Amino acid sequence: MRDKLVIIGNGMAPGRMLEHLLKAAPERYDITIFNAEPRVNYDRIMLSPVLSGEKEFEQIIIHGDGWYIKNGITLYKGHKITAIDREARSVISDHGVVKCYDKLVIATGSAPMILPVPGNNLAGVLTYRDLDDVHAMMLAAQSRTKAVVIGGGLLGLEAAAGLKAREMDVTVLHLMPTLMERQLDPAAGYLLQKAIEQRGIKIKTKASTKAILGNGKVEGVELADGTVIPASLVVMAAGIRPSTSLAKDAGLEINRGIVAREGMLTSDPAILAIGECAEVDGHVYGLVAPLYEMARVAALHLAGEGDTKFVHNDTPTKLKVTGIDLFSLGDFADGADRQEIVLRDPSAGIYKRVVLKDNRIVGTVLFGDTADGAWFHDLKKKETDISDMRDTLIFGQAYQGGAPLDPTAAVAALPDDAEICGCNGVCKGSITTAIAKKGLTSIDDVRAHTKASASCGSCTGLVEQVMKLALGDAYNPTAVQPVCGCTTLAHDDVRRLIKAKGLKTIPAVMQELQWATSCGCAKCRPALNYYLVCDWPDEYADDYQSRFINERAHANIQKDGTYSVVPRMWGGMTSAKELRAIADVVDKFGIPTVKVTGGQRIDMLGISKEDLPAVWADLGKAGFVSGHAYAKGLRTVKTCVGSDWCRFGTQDSTGLGIRIEKFMWGSWTPAKVKMAVSGCPRNCAEATCKDVGIICVDSGFEIHFAGAAGLDIKGTEVLGLVKSEDEALEVIVALTQMYREQGRYLERIYKWAKRIGSAEIRKQVLNDKDKRRAYYDRFVFSQKFAQCDPWSERVSGVDKHEFQPLAARAPAQAAE
Amino acid sequence: MTFIEVASIDDIPVRGARCVKTAFGRIAIFRTASDEIFAMEDRCPHKGGPLSQGIVHGSSVTCPLHNWVISLETGKAQGADEGAVATIPVKREGNRILIALASLQRPAA
Ligand code: SRM
Ligand SMILES: Cc1cc2nc3c(=O)[nH]c(=O)nc-3n(C[C@H](O)[C@H](O)[C@H](O)COP(=O)(O)OP(=O)(O)OC[C@H]3O[C@@H](n4cnc5c(N)ncnc54)[C@H](O)[C@@H]3O)c2cc1C
Ligand code: SF4
Ligand code: FES
Repeated sequence: MRDKLVIIGNGMAPGRMLEHLLKAAPERYDITIFNAEPRVNYDRIMLSPVLSGEKEFEQIIIHGDGWYIKNGITLYKGHKITAIDREARSVISDHGVVKCYDKLVIATGSAPMILPVPGNNLAGVLTYRDLDDVHAMMLAAQSRTKAVVIGGGLLGLEAAAGLKAREMDVTVLHLMPTLMERQLDPAAGYLLQKAIEQRGIKIKTKASTKAILGNGKVEGVELADGTVIPASLVVMAAGIRPSTSLAKDAGLEINRGIVAREGMLTSDPAILAIGECAEVDGHVYGLVAPLYEMARVAALHLAGEGDTKFVHNDTPTKLKVTGIDLFSLGDFADGADRQEIVLRDPSAGIYKRVVLKDNRIVGTVLFGDTADGAWFHDLKKKETDISDMRDTLIFGQAYQGGAPLDPTAAVAALPDDAEICGCNGVCKGSITTAIAKKGLTSIDDVRAHTKASASCGSCTGLVEQVMKLALGDAYNPTAVQPVCGCTTLAHDDVRRLIKAKGLKTIPAVMQELQWATSCGCAKCRPALNYYLVCDWPDEYADDYQSRFINERAHANIQKDGTYSVVPRMWGGMTSAKELRAIADVVDKFGIPTVKVTGGQRIDMLGISKEDLPAVWADLGKAGFVSGHAYAKGLRTVKTCVGSDWCRFGTQDSTGLGIRIEKFMWGSWTPAKVKMAVSGCPRNCAEATCKDVGIICVDSGFEIHFAGAAGLDIKGTEVLGLVKSEDEALEVIVALTQMYREQGRYLERIYKWAKRIGSAEIRKQVLNDKDKRRAYYDRFVFSQKFAQCDPWSERVSGVDKHEFQPLAARAPAQAAE
Repeated sequence: MTFIEVASIDDIPVRGARCVKTAFGRIAIFRTASDEIFAMEDRCPHKGGPLSQGIVHGSSVTCPLHNWVISLETGKAQGADEGAVATIPVKREGNRILIALASLQRPAA
């Protein structure tokens, strides 16, 4: 029978320990984990990017549910262990689960410190430790405007930057005179304060919190000097305290943390402690690098490979606030036996300081330019005597021995055992070996295989330089990406070659352009299908099996496998007859949800696939056609009421919108295209955030393009002013055709325009009348083959198989 | 094992799929570019997406909801994703496609 291993806490330290253990002794233990947090193991370091919106929680999961299943590990999510019974060798959770162990690992981490001031329990006072805290802050950011963060250390500043990114008005209160005083000297602290303030975050140093004010919920923070700062959210980031109470109640030896010795064993040899809750030789830790080392030592013990001792090592601190480069290492206090070398470049905001003792580096602070951090770290770790390079030391590695000033020179000169990724303890040699042995070429591959740059990501630049050295010109991070793994060609090359070689089917493209797979993948096939539809409108037979389901079924798939149906309402106009027809269809088919969309029309959701043709048949009778709400094609043309009704309307914006939509519907485009026409600059149709927009003015029509209001938000650019409706239509059609011919699949107009340049587009579709006409004519030609309502086609029987399930033949025909 | 006929090969588009409804959910039957036939539950191991509606390439299908790639041969998620969908015994006799009768009568294992 296997030994029973029980782990309390499922944070970063035990996660890493299990990876080592499963490699060294996969069969040895029957493993059970209890985690107070109701979730799997994730990268706590990356909570700040989740808070600021740069990442999703799914992207920071380290071990997904599948990993536990695969490794036969039982994970009790949301179970907090309330007691350890050392005599019975068992633990009990707050849900009453009792589990016996042969070996127990305590990895309870730390808990945020709550300042003992009045009001600290008011609603709206939060800490910053786990995903629940992040969610609470995100929620608060939605409805509240002013936030106060107490504590100007790493956590506090990351929280402040995140809340600012969520558009809160943020003030940081810090007790000491300068920020991050434990990691930075006053000069660097000052520069950091300036950099943070430049982002619009207010900072108050020497600020001692006296009370949190409010009636039921937070209203402000009162300082010792009597100042009151209004706030509806307060985040306490004033430090952490190792979570030791469980171990203490069990009678284990406790100091600041749970005291651990060789093999990470506590005072009870059946119990280990690792992570932030553990203390070795008087040190407790708050950064992952040493915790990962504890994890390795503990795994060796558990695998029966002897007891090594965890050795203290300084870990550099970096701040993960985009755009602020900061590096701090070791001890930088002044002292009679110490000397320092300082370099300042005030205009560039650079400050560097190296502290020496007996000609060896004991501490380093870098601000603004941290490229040499790894080099200084290496010199310090090896206790290198720097007497010979003393005069040039502070200029960094590139200046030593008269080497040329090449940005990669610094990395080239690093020895193989120099640490590149602090979080995961990956040195230069392991990266270069992995690149050579496994033939890695992308940063994602290197992350997957070595874990370098896979945690906080602050070493990504360094890792890329190592890759550049190892791969030479073969590595170019800004190189154009291939369409997908099936080819080395980029979208533009594929488009060019389709034309140049006259390729007219998907198999022809794959054969001639040497596709690496037999029939492509879900990424390249839809792209190729679009390019061929666009380039050979009369000759190419659309390959439906290469279209995403929505475009194949002409409806939008929903999360439960049902579909939604959005008919066109030209320019957002409708009538009693149309509304009645929709109402009848909804009743007849029991459609559960009817919604007015953001695109001025009506969405019917929750229709089963088999019902689609019948639904369309009824809608068709009332004159409706597909709204292409699913298509990489023309979606809606929103309009306002315009001169027909509005007292400010300068032109018939509704009429023009309908005209454009009727002219352009059915066309396939690289990505969806949305348009709008507003009757005056008050812009009620929101034309200035669309792919193409028109603002009607007294003197004519101002044509706008390249706006965005989805994943990105960007106001449009003005293409130009034209006098007549006819001319407006011609310009818009030419613009769309130019985009159709040049855009990469899934690239919206604003991204394409950025790549091509607005000036070039203006020249071709506004100023050069011949070019404009030629684009226009090509669009009109392709519309001949595109403007047939896909719904009525399917009502009359096209693609019948798509909508009907197969029926089992009578069992009498069953075969053995 | 008893098999029952559910389709003729021509019923299923090349690089496509069709479904059979059972009392226990839907079974998806796939036909690849090289006319191989596979059957499995029509439920993505990720969030239950209807795999029959995905794009078929090589001997894999890409789920229409969040793009997991599932091997038609093993039912296993490919690449970094983890999970598997139950495959269902299927065979071809000439143009006739037959699946295990048991799969219509009880949930797949
Ligand atoms: C129904 C609707 C929401 C609503 O209830 O109002 C909607 C629903 C969906 N949107 Fe949208 N979007 C809707 C208006 C918008 C708008 C507003 C607008 O059109 O004025 C935007 C911002 C403008 C824009 O397009 O950028 C919008 C930006 C997106 C995006 C982000 C696109 C981007 O490049 O930034 C996606 C994702 C995508 O396309 O990849 C998206 C994707 C989707 C999808 C198709 C998600 C999906 O892939 O399944 C949703 C389909 C639901 C369905 O079955 O109907 N939807 N979506 C709106 C339909 C408008 C219509 O009548 O056709
Ligand atoms: C926002 C933020 C940013 C950070 N940035 C960095 C950084 O840039 N670089 C860096 O090196 N470090 C950083 N850190 C610190 C790093 O995340 C921690 O050092 C590390 O996660 C600690 O790992 P651990 O396993 O000891 O504990 P944790 O990851 O805290 O895990 C402890 C787990 O144990 C659970 N638990 C506690 N008590 C019990 C119980 N009785 N029963 C069951 N379960 C229990 C808790 O719920 C928790 O999930 C950051 C931390 C935060 C919060
Ligand atoms: S914003 Fe659009 S894509 Fe997102 S949930 Fe709403 S409808 Fe779906
Ligand atoms: S349900 Fe299939 S990928 Fe999400």
